[in-house]
Amino acid sequence: MRGILALEDGTVMVGRAFGARATVVGEVVFNTAMTGYQEILTDPSYRGQMVVMTCSHIGNVGVNDEDVESDRPQVAAFIVRALSPVVSNWRATESLEAYLARHGVPGLSEVDTRALTRLIRTKGVMKGALSTEEDADPEALVEMACSWEGLEGRDTVREVTCAAPYTWTEGSGRWQPHGFHPIPEPRHHVVVYDFGVKRSILRRLVDRGCRVTVVPAYTPARDVLRMQPDGIVLSNGPGDPAGLPGIVETVRQLLETGIPLFGICLGHQLIAQAIGARTYKLPFGHHGSNHPVREAATGRVRITAQNHNYAVDPDTLDPREAVITHINLNDGTVEGLTLRGRPVFSVQYHPEANPGPHDADPLFDEWVKRLGR
Amino acid sequence: MPRRTDIRSILVIGSGPIIIGQAAEFDYSGTQALKALRREGYRVILVNSNPATIMTDPEFADATYIEPLTPEMVERIIARERPDALLPTLGGQTALNLAMALYESGVLERYGVELIGASPQAIRIAEDRLAFKEAMERAGLEVPHSILARSVEEAVDFAERVGYPVLIRPSFTLGGTGAGIARSREELIDRVDLALRLSPVGSALIEESLLGWKEFELEVMRDRHDNFVVVCSIENLDPMGVHTGDSITVAPAQTLTDKEYQRMRDWARAVMSAVGVETGGSNVQFAVNPRDGRMRVIEMNPRVSRSSALASKATGFPIAKIAALLAVGYTLDELRNEITRRTVAAFEPALDYVVVKIPRWAFEKFPGADPTLGPQMKSVGEVMAIGRTFKEALQKAMRGLEIGARGFEGFPPERRPADLRAALICPNPDRLRAVHDALMEGLSVEEIAALTGYDPWFVVQMAELVERERELRRYTLSTVPAALLRQAKREGFSDAQLAALWGCTEREVRQRREAAGIRPRYAQVDTCAAEFEAYTPYLYSTYEESDEAPPTDRPKVVIIGSGPNRIGQGIEFDYSCCQAAFALRELGIESIMVNSNPETVSTDYDTSDRLYFEPLTFEDVLNIVERERPLGVIVQFGGQTALNLTMPLHRAGVPILGTSPDAIDLAEDRGRFSALLRDLDIPQPEHGTATSVEEALRVARDIGYPVLVRPSYVLGGRAMAICYDEETLKAYMREAVWISPERPVLIDRFLEDAYEVEVDAVADGKRVVIGGILQHIEEAGVHSGDSACVLPPYKISRYHLQIIEEYTERIALAMGVRGLINIQFAIKDEIVYVLEANPRASRTVPFISKATGIPLARIATRVMLGQSLEEIGFTRSPEVRAFFVKEAVLPFRKLPGADAILGPEMKSTGEVMGWAETFGHAFAKAEMAAGDALPLTGTVLISVNDFDKGSVLKIARDFHRMGFRLMATRGTAEALRRVGLPVEVVNKVSEGSPHVVDAIREGRVQLILNTPLGPRAYTDGMRIRQAAVRYGVPLLTTLSAAAAAVQAIRAMRDHGFTVKSLQEYYEEGR
Repeated sequence: MRGILALEDGTVMVGRAFGARATVVGEVVFNTAMTGYQEILTDPSYRGQMVVMTCSHIGNVGVNDEDVESDRPQVAAFIVRALSPVVSNWRATESLEAYLARHGVPGLSEVDTRALTRLIRTKGVMKGALSTEEDADPEALVEMACSWEGLEGRDTVREVTCAAPYTWTEGSGRWQPHGFHPIPEPRHHVVVYDFGVKRSILRRLVDRGCRVTVVPAYTPARDVLRMQPDGIVLSNGPGDPAGLPGIVETVRQLLETGIPLFGICLGHQLIAQAIGARTYKLPFGHHGSNHPVREAATGRVRITAQNHNYAVDPDTLDPREAVITHINLNDGTVEGLTLRGRPVFSVQYHPEANPGPHDADPLFDEWVKRLGR
Repeated sequence: MPRRTDIRSILVIGSGPIIIGQAAEFDYSGTQALKALRREGYRVILVNSNPATIMTDPEFADATYIEPLTPEMVERIIARERPDALLPTLGGQTALNLAMALYESGVLERYGVELIGASPQAIRIAEDRLAFKEAMERAGLEVPHSILARSVEEAVDFAERVGYPVLIRPSFTLGGTGAGIARSREELIDRVDLALRLSPVGSALIEESLLGWKEFELEVMRDRHDNFVVVCSIENLDPMGVHTGDSITVAPAQTLTDKEYQRMRDWARAVMSAVGVETGGSNVQFAVNPRDGRMRVIEMNPRVSRSSALASKATGFPIAKIAALLAVGYTLDELRNEITRRTVAAFEPALDYVVVKIPRWAFEKFPGADPTLGPQMKSVGEVMAIGRTFKEALQKAMRGLEIGARGFEGFPPERRPADLRAALICPNPDRLRAVHDALMEGLSVEEIAALTGYDPWFVVQMAELVERERELRRYTLSTVPAALLRQAKREGFSDAQLAALWGCTEREVRQRREAAGIRPRYAQVDTCAAEFEAYTPYLYSTYEESDEAPPTDRPKVVIIGSGPNRIGQGIEFDYSCCQAAFALRELGIESIMVNSNPETVSTDYDTSDRLYFEPLTFEDVLNIVERERPLGVIVQFGGQTALNLTMPLHRAGVPILGTSPDAIDLAEDRGRFSALLRDLDIPQPEHGTATSVEEALRVARDIGYPVLVRPSYVLGGRAMAICYDEETLKAYMREAVWISPERPVLIDRFLEDAYEVEVDAVADGKRVVIGGILQHIEEAGVHSGDSACVLPPYKISRYHLQIIEEYTERIALAMGVRGLINIQFAIKDEIVYVLEANPRASRTVPFISKATGIPLARIATRVMLGQSLEEIGFTRSPEVRAFFVKEAVLPFRKLPGADAILGPEMKSTGEVMGWAETFGHAFAKAEMAAGDALPLTGTVLISVNDFDKGSVLKIARDFHRMGFRLMATRGTAEALRRVGLPVEVVNKVSEGSPHVVDAIREGRVQLILNTPLGPRAYTDGMRIRQAAVRYGVPLLTTLSAAAAAVQAIRAMRDHGFTVKSLQEYYEEGR
């Protein structure tokens, strides 16, 4: 069964369809991680995007109930070079193919993902249309890709945030970076704004004795304050931070409260916006598990997990207000900020990893230490 | 932080001769590090006993010492050079052990030498299994349950507690020497006894067996800021129980979830901290239980290794170079990733392809050696292949092995085992073939996975290849749909493999394929999965849509490498290939290297202007030639591998540089070569060819016994034998199943007791200049690659040397040689015979180049590109102002069961050089470097065959006069007594205890002289030789070697050794 990917520049790639039978549009991005496709699939930050995996073989270890970052795959479509014909891992409960089919997500394999990656690298992230349906027409798909409005300025957060506040109690369990430790008695109350939060962020907080309340993205600041949090986490999430003026205003209010704030990825960009800085779109984003980030204070380098298309423009940061704490060694982009005189810090990368190295895991300790009590 | 300025000079220790477990990868690592350190402005001093390496080329260090790697010799070098620092992490286990010995004896402290790259504490923890275990447990990491046994009783106690099988690993031995598995109490007692003896500290680790667990390796780096990266993850196809050097391995790891992989990464980081590796590269091995994910740390090496070389080639990340720079103070983020130019070395490579490594073994050379694979490494080389998928990489690796497989194929019908299941269960060199045939026969994936212990993921990939093969068989070349043909190529099927399926020729498949527009594309090994633009010239082929790194329009030349190392074709050929690349660079011509061996310097992307990491088959090479359109192809340096490609490439219209394909064919064609010698009036031993037993007997009768028999067209004396009578000749012919009218047996008169001499020369068509004349120390009958030899000749008259020079010139000119030629001579009864001539780089080219300072292969490359020797300024043979002895290093200790006997079939894996002003000192150094230091006092055991009983008397008397006690078996003892020599008689084994092997085991013998009788193994002699190997007593198996040993011992007693760098030696000659 063939499947077709068409890009807005007219490129058409034909491969083998898997997963659901469907026709979808989305932004095409590539991810260079060699492990952790299940975490990638279920990361809500990929909302509206089709993910191309550069690693040759995908699906080898199937899927399981543990390695999920949300309750379903979030990607618009999944594009791989070689889909595994077999599942081989002791924890697997289902094949990747069946999992995607069950959730209505189309997949495409047997395409030259390296050529595709090179194309995106050169031309930047592109709009695409992908179809695994029988009568898919390449030209119509190109047309579809071109006419799609795209993600820029669109509020995709609304599509992935939770409907109502809830309490999260599950920790990382046996997958804690430093081996299994029982969950300690909750000492701090942390409210997490769900802009498309990855569960690993919640798990890492629980591991450290946080009572975690997750709230919808558009929860007003005063409602959160009523919950009397010791700290607030602004989560990761999909799309363009410039498309979220309402949330930026909320963040501005939160900054004034003096409650310790921790921004991750989109949360980091929102904090920057809240203090008047601008964000801009990177040519093809950072999506992978191997990004070196240097901590300015110590000079130490951490290999980090990343997944973002936008970055904070350092020239628009007021040095009296914010300090750049982390820098990406590949392209010099801003990877972390602290605000002067405020208990606020944020990182562009993913200290919760999943997938990716645990190098930045101590950031959670640092932040939790500030929560008092 | 920039580099350290408080150190100015650094001593680097190489790994010595190529042995099983320690091979060319350390030349690769060392060369890379030397280049990096010198570029930083350090004075670099190198010591290595192996002359075949690129690293010992004088331009790679400021002072190069080719000396035995013993603490005494290195101390002398330290005393002379007074280096500020010693970097021990680039020369394998040998360098680490040596550095530890120098540290412990206080030499480093005395001379103020700082150990950099690894601290003594870290080395100790990593090497001492008990210390390692304790460190791991302190760090909360799990290791296999074990005890350190100092007695057999302790071992048995433990094993009965945890249950059999258990593993035995002696402490502080190299490449797993003496390691084994015991499945029963009896086996355990036997193996522990040996392990305790082999261990220099008399202890061995007895360990719970993890048989059937999956094995993984992480190649990691750490700098002094505690920055840490994983360069590469490697998954072993073979489960635990097979040494990783003998395992088929795959990168990146394929069957781990991110959770499991990150836990492994966390552990690797913790291991580095626990061991205390502050800077550099390490290799950490893990076992994972496939049923429940339980993980154990198996071991770590705080140094570059075979795996790190593989990881460097697999990712494009130069681990050794970075390790050297970290050792002098840089941090990972200060070092640039030269492939992307804009990113830094502090990152983890992302792979968008799959790498497969398959080891290559040489059991066919060692009848009697057990081909079962286990914890002791037995392979002699390896091939690596890169493909976009596992299937493609596996197929490329299989054909790149050069063992007759055209891809993932089964056994040839005549070799097919009766019991496939047994071939699947027992780890052995042919397991992949067995998997193929088992799948063909319909065994299920589950059953094969269970029998082999391979992860089902890999078995399914293989099953899909077999399924594809079945599908392809339903068509013919003309009926196969283009889409299916393309799919087959994408899955790595070679043209030759398809031709075999369809009963047509490879050429026809190629034509059909090209007509359908199905051509390979080339992709860069770019460290980043195409995320960044790459500037690397390192490429592999694949059947994808986009093509990268288009050829330049510069003039260029393709160099064919020598493929996986094997006995008879090793690092010496890689040396010449690298020299060719250097010469081309000097000439301003783009050099393009094609090779499949990850251990080598030639496959460092820095060595040539472009590197194609590809199998050395006609198809793969022609694809590159068609893409690059070079001026021509150099085939002289890649050993038989490259030579075998000459005719096919020539016929395909590819220009061959230098000596013509016709001349190469002439040299290989027995009849044509004989005719040439007859025309030139040059004597050769009487000979003939035969394709049947009857014919062979007739030829041998005409020539007269003994005769030397061998197949045509082989390297390294494969299947060569000396037959003294009709009986043995018949036996040989019966075993020679490969005989056909195209592949006859060559039968030569064997010149017994002749001196053998070989010559390497360069010719440009008009002029012939001899690079060096080597005399073999062992007499004729021992393969030239296994014979010790000396430059200049020490026992050949001026008259004979002149004849040799004259014949060399005549042959080279008559053959029209343009480039190198190696000619083998024998002198018997005052007649100089020519045995063979090979118009290509020989094994001795690097040795001669080191001894003379003349880069023969470079000169030859210039000649091949049209310069005359006169233009190059090489018109006279170089003068040799000292004695240079090359000694072969044999693998018997690694291959239990093999007979430690030299013969016409080459068996050595490597070589060492010893040099000094006298022959005796040079020979003594060579023996010392080969690990067989000659004793100055003690007892010599003499047991010789009847032919030698007369000649041995003088040697025995010499030993006696130097104060040695003599011990001999009955027959030899009688001969010695008759001339009045005092001798202790010892029983042969067959005569009952206490016998000769007891005496050896008890340490009562310091030197053994045992000459074997005739061509067949005799049990008594074999037992003596095996005991010598087992208990590490120097063994001489020829009288001429014994005579040389006498000279050496006398020289050593006279005065001690001196050391000098090659640079000083060359300087003195100017």
